[in-house]
This record gives sequence, structure tokens and C-alpha cells, in this order.
Amino acid sequence: MTTTAQAQREVTYLEAIREALDEEMARDERVFLLGEDIGPYGGAFRITEGFQDKYGDWRVLDTPLSESGIVGAAIGAAMMGMRPVVEMQFADFISCAFDQITEVGAKNHYRWGAAVPMVIRAPFGGGVHGGPFHSECPEGWFFHSPGLKLVAPSTPYDAKGLLKAAIRDNNPVIYFEHKFLYRRIKAVLPTEDYVVPIGTADVKRPGRDISVITYGAMVHVALEAAESLTQEGLDLEVVDLRSLIPLDKQTIFESVKKTSKAIVLHEDNKTGGVGAEVAALLAEECFDCLDGPILRIAAPDTPVPFSTPLEEFFLPKAGDVVAAARKLAAY
Amino acid sequence: MGVEIEEVARTIKRPDLVQMYYYLRLTRTLEDRITALYRQGRIVGGVYTSNGMEAVAVGYASALEPDDIIAPYHRDMGAFLVRGITPGEVVAQYLGKRTGPTKGKDGNVHIGDLKRGIIGFVSHLADNYPVATGAALSFRLRGEPRVVVTNTGDGGTSRGDFHEAMNFASVRKLPVVFFCNNNQYAYSTPLNLQMAIPNVVDRAKAYAIPGEIVDGNDVAAVHLAAKRAVQRARSGEGPTFIECKTMRMHGHSEHDSAKYVPRELLEEWKKRDPILKAEQWLTRLGYGDETLFREVEERVKKEVEAGVEFAEQSPLPEGPEVLDGVFAD
Ligand SMILES: Cc1ncc(C[n+]2csc(CCOP(=O)(O)OP(=O)(O)O)c2C)c(N)n1
Repeated sequence: MTTTAQAQREVTYLEAIREALDEEMARDERVFLLGEDIGPYGGAFRITEGFQDKYGDWRVLDTPLSESGIVGAAIGAAMMGMRPVVEMQFADFISCAFDQITEVGAKNHYRWGAAVPMVIRAPFGGGVHGGPFHSECPEGWFFHSPGLKLVAPSTPYDAKGLLKAAIRDNNPVIYFEHKFLYRRIKAVLPTEDYVVPIGTADVKRPGRDISVITYGAMVHVALEAAESLTQEGLDLEVVDLRSLIPLDKQTIFESVKKTSKAIVLHEDNKTGGVGAEVAALLAEECFDCLDGPILRIAAPDTPVPFSTPLEEFFLPKAGDVVAAARKLAAY
Repeated sequence: MGVEIEEVARTIKRPDLVQMYYYLRLTRTLEDRITALYRQGRIVGGVYTSNGMEAVAVGYASALEPDDIIAPYHRDMGAFLVRGITPGEVVAQYLGKRTGPTKGKDGNVHIGDLKRGIIGFVSHLADNYPVATGAALSFRLRGEPRVVVTNTGDGGTSRGDFHEAMNFASVRKLPVVFFCNNNQYAYSTPLNLQMAIPNVVDRAKAYAIPGEIVDGNDVAAVHLAAKRAVQRARSGEGPTFIECKTMRMHGHSEHDSAKYVPRELLEEWKKRDPILKAEQWLTRLGYGDETLFREVEERVKKEVEAGVEFAEQSPLPEGPEVLDGVFAD
């Protein structure tokens, strides 16, 4: 980048999402938004603030409080050639739309060839004292439902590029955006149009000794752990999945073949989560190159608690990664 | 929508109205205190109040027998208090303390306690409607003369669960009373973008459930409507739907300045404040005057302060307590 003005164009994770929506709406008039309070109010997190003034109240639709109805409508519109982007106010409320997503949206193309190019933005995750109904990580529910693509960016760059890719994709994509990162993570983004292809993982930190395979807010936890372990001479490689479905197996396998050790880390409950699948794949495909057990770090199998000490205990932390890394290093 | 003084005089005894007034004041004072704590940054998470709408929850909860059950929503603080949840427990819940009804597992208005006949609130709006119906079904199956009252907002009535519950309850004539707190906005969404009908009560027609519109700012009116509906339910005639017209005087939560609500509308509703309205009834009926009002005000202030102190001195839960209670023993 040549000019300093451009070089300093730092945006937050939240602003990156806003830019992606804005640019896609300007680029393609089939793109429209629907959700609760996304119009004049700008959405619970103010991501679409000002959008209705710019694009009108038929392209930025304030809907009734009916998640199933909203998603069903988006599916219908998508099949008729539109590009709807649904905002779930909180990812937790996606359970109300579960039936439309898994039974209709996910299966249409497989059953009778009708593509459903729809995006559901789902603000997910904890660390914000939201309690059991405003902090969930529901990706596991959909990980098991063929026909959906699932993405979960961890940086502003990926947030913007993956949302653009999701909007341009011909399939239903659930876009898990992490609430904790909204205003905490910043980066300088390219000024030109770009996409981050769905289905590609990214090595966020190359390392020699142990692979930490993760996504979402936990990428930053892994990076923090990696930083602190350098003093001990341990070099972690942090693989950010970015896409959960399709999963970039190649990048995961390559990393583990290099390091011979793997930690799988996520914020969601442990049992039956994305991490379980990654660990199973590694056991199947990389057994010969493993120098220790595959360790999983995840939240316990409980709802997300409200109270501060409980939530702190619940969420995986850099210290957990450090402890797991030391244990693995000893093998 | 309004009620006549003769009817109120005939059907509500002095101690009952005084008690409702006390709960209105307690609710207001407690929620104002919690809002102040929030502004001081002493509360983690959101604060949702029923400011300006206290009469709905106080009115319906005080129309019930001890054995009845409530399945409230997030603006029913008055109902929690009538049911015996103490101000101290409420503040402890807000502060995430172990002495809150959920022991720190959940926060703010997510209060449940079967011992006091309260089915816990779930954020997913209208989720409690089918659950209330199921509770009523159990009373019907066992031949118990108990009733369930549930509540949701105007926004919540757009959910499928709302409609599924209404239908089932009506088909089986279950002893449940459905309340709707129509405060004209769902978060920022005005009623005309929520439904194409002017009154939520019209939704009940589709299920052959008798409906009624009540002045939600008048605790006497809400109470009397609730009594009638509870009576109907108890005598086996099935569900009733009661729409309480009211106004949310604060934002959706305390971080929301509610700029989307026209100020004039708020000014207009301010004149109809439920506490003021209750004082008017007490005066007109000769049940009480300024002296009584000041007495109640002083009393609730003391109770709320004692509650805050109790909550602040209560211990936080310890991290590993997260693991307790996923399953029943
Ligand atoms: C199923 C569901 N979707 C979205 C939300 C987020 N949300 C919380 S309160 C609210 C508005 C509720 O409006 P209403 O039902 O009218 O009740 P009010 O808060 O106005 O009393 C919304 C959209 C939710 N709690 N549940």
C-alpha cells in the first residue's frame, strides 16, 4: 500500500462485517437483508446502522419476531433468484429456526436440485456475560446436517472475505460471527475487493512443535498461549479452520504431519462438537505420524453460565492450552 | 377497557388493593435501584425493567391462589415479587451471586422456582406459552383445580410456539390464562411491523379463545380481568387471552436509549403511570391517602436497600460449580 491514509484504514471485526454487507449490496441488487430490528435501529449490535437510509426498507427489512418464518422466507426468496442475508439477533435464537434450516434449506438441493443461496449471520459465543441464552455456540447442531456450509471467522480480514464468499455462494451458509471479537479485534484491510474462499483453513502462526487446531475467538486464545510458550522454547502452530463445513482437511493434516502433535481447541461444549470430528479424522488419517495423544480443549458439557467466576471457569483459556502443550511436549 | 369505581369497590377489598400498591412500588423501586447499579457498572450483563408496566404482572399474580403457577416473561418482576421472590434474591441474581434463585447459573430476570410456583423464563420469546399449556394439561389430567398464567410481549406473539400453544390449549380447554403485555414495541419494532392487525387480541379468535383488552396501566383492571379468566379456567371452561395495553417507558434494556419511540408518546403515557393510577383508586375509594403512600414508599425503600446489602454481601459461586446440576439426581 502506498498512501499512509490507506495504510491506516484500520477496521474492527464488526466494521469488516458491515463493509462486506455494504459492498455486496452495492455490487449485487439481489442481495437483501432481513431480521429483527436491523432497520432504523441498525440491529442489536448496530452492524446495519444507516443501511435502511441507503438501501430502503425493502432491501433492509425489519421483520416480525419469528425466526422460523424469517428463515423460511429467505429460503423461498433464495430459490427465486434472490440473495437473502438473515440476521439472527443472537445465534441462540437460531434454535427457533432449526426446522427450516435443517429440513428445508439444507436438503432442497440434494432432493430436487433447487439451490438455496442464503446466508444466516449468527452472532455467537461467550465472554460477554450473556448467560445461557445469549452466549451459545450452536455450530455443533448444524455441523451434523449435510447441505449447509458453516464458517466462523476470527479476524477482520477473514470476517469480510468470508462474508463476501458466503453471499456469493450458491448454498445456505451459516456465518458464525463471534460477539466477543466485534470491537476487540482490529486490522488494516485491503481496499480492493477480495474473498476468502469457503473451505480453506489458514495457518495463523506457523510453528514447529505442536499444532493447535481451532476457530472463532479461540484462535486468539491459542495465539496468546503460543506467544507465552516461546519463552519455554515451545513453538506452537495455530491452524484457524475458518470453515467448519467444508473442512479443510489437507491443511489440518499437513500441519499435524509437520508437528506430529495436535491440540484441538474450541469454545463449544466438548461432547459431539466440531473438535471431536477433527480429532477422529486425525486418528484415522495421521495416526502414523502422531507422537502423542490428540488433546481436546473445550467448554464442559453444561449450558453457558452467567456469573463471572462461572463463565471464566467455563470458557477455555490460554492457560489450558499452555498446560496441554506442556503435557504433549513431554511425550 | 376501563373499569367503573362501583365494580372496583365491590370486588377489591382495601387490604388487597393496598397490597397491590405496595408491590407496584416495590417493583419500581427495586428496578430503579438495579438500573442505578447498572449505571455504576456494578452489574454484569443486561438490565431489563418493567418501568411503566408494573401493573400487568402485579395485577395477574395477585389474582392467583398459592397453588397456581406462573410462567412469566422478562417484564414480570412484579409477579416474581408477589410470588415471594425477595428483593435481595433479585439483586443477587443480577450480581451473579450464589444466593440468587439460579445460583449464578443464569442472570437478571431469568428467575424460576417451582416451590414458589414460578416456571423459569427462557429468553426465546413465547417458549413459555407451550410449557404453561403443558402445566395446565397436568392439572387437567390429575383433576386438580389449579390454574397457570403465562405472559409474553406483543413481539412474542409472532412466534409459532405462541400459536401452537393457543391452539392446543383451546382444543383441550386447558386451565391456562394467556397474557400479552402489549407495550407497542418489540425492541425497536413497532406493532405495525409486527402484525397487520391493530389489536393482539384478534389473534385469539383464530383459536376460539375468548379475548379481552385491558388497560395495562391500571392494576385494578388487570387484576379483575385476571380473576375472571382464572375463574373461567378453574371451572373447566378453558383458556382466555388478555391483551394489556401499556407502554415501555425505558429502552428494551438499559443500554438502549429507545430513540425510536416518539417522545410525545412517552409523555402521554407518563400521565397514565400505573403507580399514579393506583393512588387515584386508593384515594377515590377512601382506602388511603398521602400518608399511606409515603409509608409504603419508605417501607419499600428500606426493603430494597436491605436487599442490595444482602446481595452485595452474598458470595459469588466458585468456578467448578458450573459442573453441578446438569442432571437431576
Ligand atoms: C425467539 C427470540 N428472538 C429474538 C429475541 C431477542 N429479543 C429479546 S426481547 C425482543 C423484543 C421483545 O418484544 P416483545 O415480545 O414485544 O416484548 P417486550 O420486550 O416489548 O416487552 C427481542 C427481539 C428473543 N428473546 N427471542
